[in-house]
Order: sequence, then structure tokens, then C-alpha cells
Amino acid sequence: MDASGAWRRAGVYAVALTGVLALVVTVSAGVGPVSIPAVEVGQVILNAVRLPVGVEFTGGGSGLLRVPSVEILTHAPFGFAVDDTHTAIVRTVRLPRILLAAFVGIALAAAGTVMQGFFRNPMADPSIVGVSSGAAAGAVASIVLPFALPFGIGLQLAAFLGGIVAGFAVYLIATRDGRTPTATLLLVGVAIQTLLSAVVSAMILFSGDSMRRVVFWLMGHLKNAGWGDVAAAAVVVPPLVVALAAYARDLNVLLLGEVDASALGVDVERSKRALLAISSVLTGAAVAVAGVIGFVGLIVPHGVRLLVGPDHRVLLPTSALAGGSFLVAADTVARAGTIELPVGIVTAAAGAPFFLYLLRTREVYEL
Amino acid sequence: MTNVLDATDLRVQLGGESVLGGVSLSVERGEFVGLVGPNGAGKTTLLHTLNGTRLPDAGAVRVDGEPVGAQSSREVARQVATVPQETTLSFSFSVADVVEMGRTPYVSRFGTTTPADHEAVERAMAAAEVAEFADRSVQSLSGGERQRVLLARALAQETETLLLDEPTASLDINHQVRTLELVADAVADGRAVVAAIHDLDLAARYCDRLLLLADGGIRAAGEPASVLASDALQTAFGVSTELSEDPTTGTPRVTAVTDRGSTPSEDGPVPDAE
Repeated sequence: MDASGAWRRAGVYAVALTGVLALVVTVSAGVGPVSIPAVEVGQVILNAVRLPVGVEFTGGGSGLLRVPSVEILTHAPFGFAVDDTHTAIVRTVRLPRILLAAFVGIALAAAGTVMQGFFRNPMADPSIVGVSSGAAAGAVASIVLPFALPFGIGLQLAAFLGGIVAGFAVYLIATRDGRTPTATLLLVGVAIQTLLSAVVSAMILFSGDSMRRVVFWLMGHLKNAGWGDVAAAAVVVPPLVVALAAYARDLNVLLLGEVDASALGVDVERSKRALLAISSVLTGAAVAVAGVIGFVGLIVPHGVRLLVGPDHRVLLPTSALAGGSFLVAADTVARAGTIELPVGIVTAAAGAPFFLYLLRTREVYEL
Repeated sequence: MTNVLDATDLRVQLGGESVLGGVSLSVERGEFVGLVGPNGAGKTTLLHTLNGTRLPDAGAVRVDGEPVGAQSSREVARQVATVPQETTLSFSFSVADVVEMGRTPYVSRFGTTTPADHEAVERAMAAAEVAEFADRSVQSLSGGERQRVLLARALAQETETLLLDEPTASLDINHQVRTLELVADAVADGRAVVAAIHDLDLAARYCDRLLLLADGGIRAAGEPASVLASDALQTAFGVSTELSEDPTTGTPRVTAVTDRGSTPSEDGPVPDAE
């Protein structure tokens, strides 16, 4: 293989998989109680496209600082005739949920890829350093004990902060003399996860009327997603995935072992800190908006690695985009039936057999 | 002075035990220095200290006059390359991929490898005789082939100093000699080489100079024949030895002698420190 072509290969795969993702999104937006043809969905999406054509300065206000307000003039290049009800369903109900699923899938798959490489362990997933458990504890606390949280912070912020605090605590406990051995990190992560699941169980026991809401959240769901969630995810997820990609080469070398990586010029502890911090924020953000959705961060990186190989410069972007498509598809199945399922059940039910199939057919039992 | 590598009074403690108790050495360009000594003498620790992956508790390592401790691992990796004793190669990276990792200290984060990197990788693969299986997975290789891949990776770093930790430890005699011939080629190219070598006869055959490391200190140093003939060698290994000349190569040959007249293995009772 042409080693310098890794980024080029990554680019080709990324373009192809972005196309797949766009297709999955379009098809998914047509699925639901009201079935809408994919072509019509495409027209709705294109109708929403606005191109900036100019900038207009309007007068400026009164007062000491006369700040002129700037208005960007836009032009809608497409004007397909589409049913208004269909437009409303696609734009306000389905698309936010679908796009959020895509971003959550991208975040979880990217974080899972990094954790599997980081721990040199194919069974690692984004929750391994306790971020998901911390986020779950934060979210459940905000449902069960809202009065106990300071400043009346909402569920999503409570979940995100819980995840970050748990991940940071695991890192601090596992670090001694500026070194963080991955084996220690793994064990501390397991211990903290166990502790936090005890906390969550205790809170569920005393949750009373809100138990149903807690259990539903813990299973992972994308219901009630709004454009605000999508905007937040769009700001957080893509830049962090690109930041992870900046460490893809370091991650490759780290697979050879830390002493080797250090001798090859990688600043091992610094790279580990960065990889851990970025993937923890990605995981915490994903869990905060969508609950604990298992298996995406475990199966997608593993499956993609069997197809494209272990080079993280290729593996990370492909795995992230495949994760986006996978979660959109899984969530479509989750909401397509008469009774809506938590998407976590679908990812586990669909992912596990696929994973076993890959393991048996490829006969690859290691990373 | 043309010393590339200079270490003065290195002291290292591991878990409260002194592993290196004041080791000094210097290596010139084009010199092949062999590090011999019993298991647990601190050879691996010394090599890790020389390449900057372990900082000494006292003393300093200088490469080209610059202290290693004051430089980033990236800067050090452009001056010192290491062939590890064992490495995790349980991934399906191709041989070319692994050798290309030797260019890590030269490539920026998102940077692609340049033609210069390509040439370095090609040269290294040719020199280490692994070019013919460049596209194969490292997992499919034999122990001797893997060792040469790691040598190629180190050569691709294009450093003046090359450190090797037991490059021949698990190889059959054919691959032992073949690997050391390749290292000798690197020395002939002007590199400074320090290699921990288990096999005293092989060390004597290929090295310009031997350092006998035992109990965290250098007990003898100099021409192979003089080091192997020294009483320090017998003390270090705790066994009586006879020195003879190998009739084929004309280089010194060490035979361990015991009361029962048998020749025990060179393995001492102490396990090798990390």
C-alpha cells in the first residue's frame, strides 16, 4: 500500500460515505406515519437552501453607539412545488431528529475508534473511561432529584457535566508522576463505572413516578430532538472529530506500544491526554443529547476496521461517517413501528449479530 | 572529539532499587559498541535512558553535544533510533506502513509524506532486505523477518545513532548473523551503534568495542578479546570461562566451564529488568 496515500484514501472514502449518509438521511426522512417519497424529501431539503448574495447595512440605531445592523441577503435557488404539510413534517419533525442521530452516531463511532486504538483492545468503547456512566448519573439525578442540583441546570447540561467530571476523575486517579498507564486507566474506569451504576440504581429505586422517564432515557433515545440540539451538535462534533484526526498518526504509532512510540518521537503522555479529553467531550455530548446508546461505538469501528484496515488516518473518518449512517438507520427502524422503541435496543439487537457475523466470516479475532 | 553519543554518570532507580549506578560511555561515528552482561544487569534500562524514553535520576545523555533531557521526543527521534527487543506487532499493518512509521519525527500532524520520506523508506527497506515483502502484513512474518522490519523502521529514521536491544535474541543462527551483518553495514555507513547482545561470541565477532555491564555498572570495557578475557566477566556471570579462538572466524570464543564439565546456559538466575 502506498503509505503516503492514506489521507487521499481517507478522502475518497469520506466523500463516498458522506454520499451514503446523505442518501440514508433522505430516505429516513420519508419514513414514518406519513410516508413521503425520497424525491419529495430531497426537494424539501433543496428548497431550504439559501445562498448568501450580498450584505445590507441598515441605518444603525440611536444612542451613543450607533451600531449599524448587518443583514445578509440570501437567495433561494430552488423553488420546487411541495405539499406544505410534507414540508412541515420533514423540516420540523423528522430532519432535526435524523440529523441529531447522524451527529451522535459520528461522535460515538469516532470516540469508540479512538478508545479501541488507545487501549489496544477491540472490546473498548466510548464508555470505557466512565464518561457515559457519569453522564447517566448526571441525567438521572436531574430527573429524580432536580432540587439537589445547583442553579436548576437542565438534564442535558447535568448529563454533560456528569460525564466530563467522571472522565476527568478517572484520569486523575489513574495518573501518577505525570504518567497514565492505559492498564490502570482501564481498571479505574471499570471501578468508577461500577460505582456510578450503583448510584444510578439507587436513584432509580427512589425515583417513584419518574422511573419510566429514567429508564427510557437510560436506553437511549432521540425523541423530541429539536433544531437547537442539532445546532449544538453541529458546533461540537465536526471540529472535535477533525481534532481527533490530527492525532491519527500518533494513534497508529501508539499501537506499537508506548515505549516504541516515544522512541519514534511521539509525545506519548501529551497525545494520550488529548485523545482522551477530545473523545470524552464527544461521548459526553452524545450521551447528553441522546442518552446511553450502546454498541454504536463498539461495533461500527470494529466492522469498519475489518474493511479498511488499522490505519487510523483512514479508519477514523470512515468509521465516524459509517457511525452516522448506522445510527440514522437504526433510529429509523426504532420509530418506524407502531410502538416506538428506544434506539439503544435497535442498535444492540442489530449490531450484535452483525458483529458476530463479521468475526466469524473474517476470522479476525484481534485488533 | 567525534563522539555522537555521550553519557556521563547515569543513575537510574526502579522501584527503589538502583538499576544503573553511575554509567558513563561514549560512542563515535562508525563505531559498533556491544553491551554485554548477565540478565538483570540493566542493559535495557541503559538503552531506554540513552534514547530519552527514560529520564535518569542523575547524570546526562548528550547527542551531538545536546542534552537529550532538554529536547522533545520528536527532536531526539531525529538523532537516535531504537530497535526494540520486542514490539506489539499484532496489527495487520503492512511492512511498508510499519517502516514508514520511522518517519514519524519528520511528518507534521496532517502532513503527507514527502518524496524524501518515500526515498528514506525505500532505502531502509532495501538495506534491511525487507523490500520484497513490503506489502505483506507484519503479522504474517517470521521472527527473523519481523526483526529486520524493525531494523528498517529504525534506519528510516535516518539517525546518526542506532540503539538495538537484543536484536538476535530469538533468531536462528542464520538470521542472527544476517541481522548483525545488516547492522554492521549501518556502522560502515558512519552510524554510531550500541547494541545489547546476549551472545558473547557474536558480540566479539561484530563489535569494535565491548562494554561489560553488571550490577548497574560498567565492569570492563575495550577490545572484545580483552573484555572477554577479563576476570570481571567471570565475576559478572558467576561462572568460570575459557577463552579460545574460533577457528572459522578468528574471533574470540567464550566457553563456560563448570565443575561437572558441562556448559550451562548463559541465563543467570535474575530475571531481566524491564
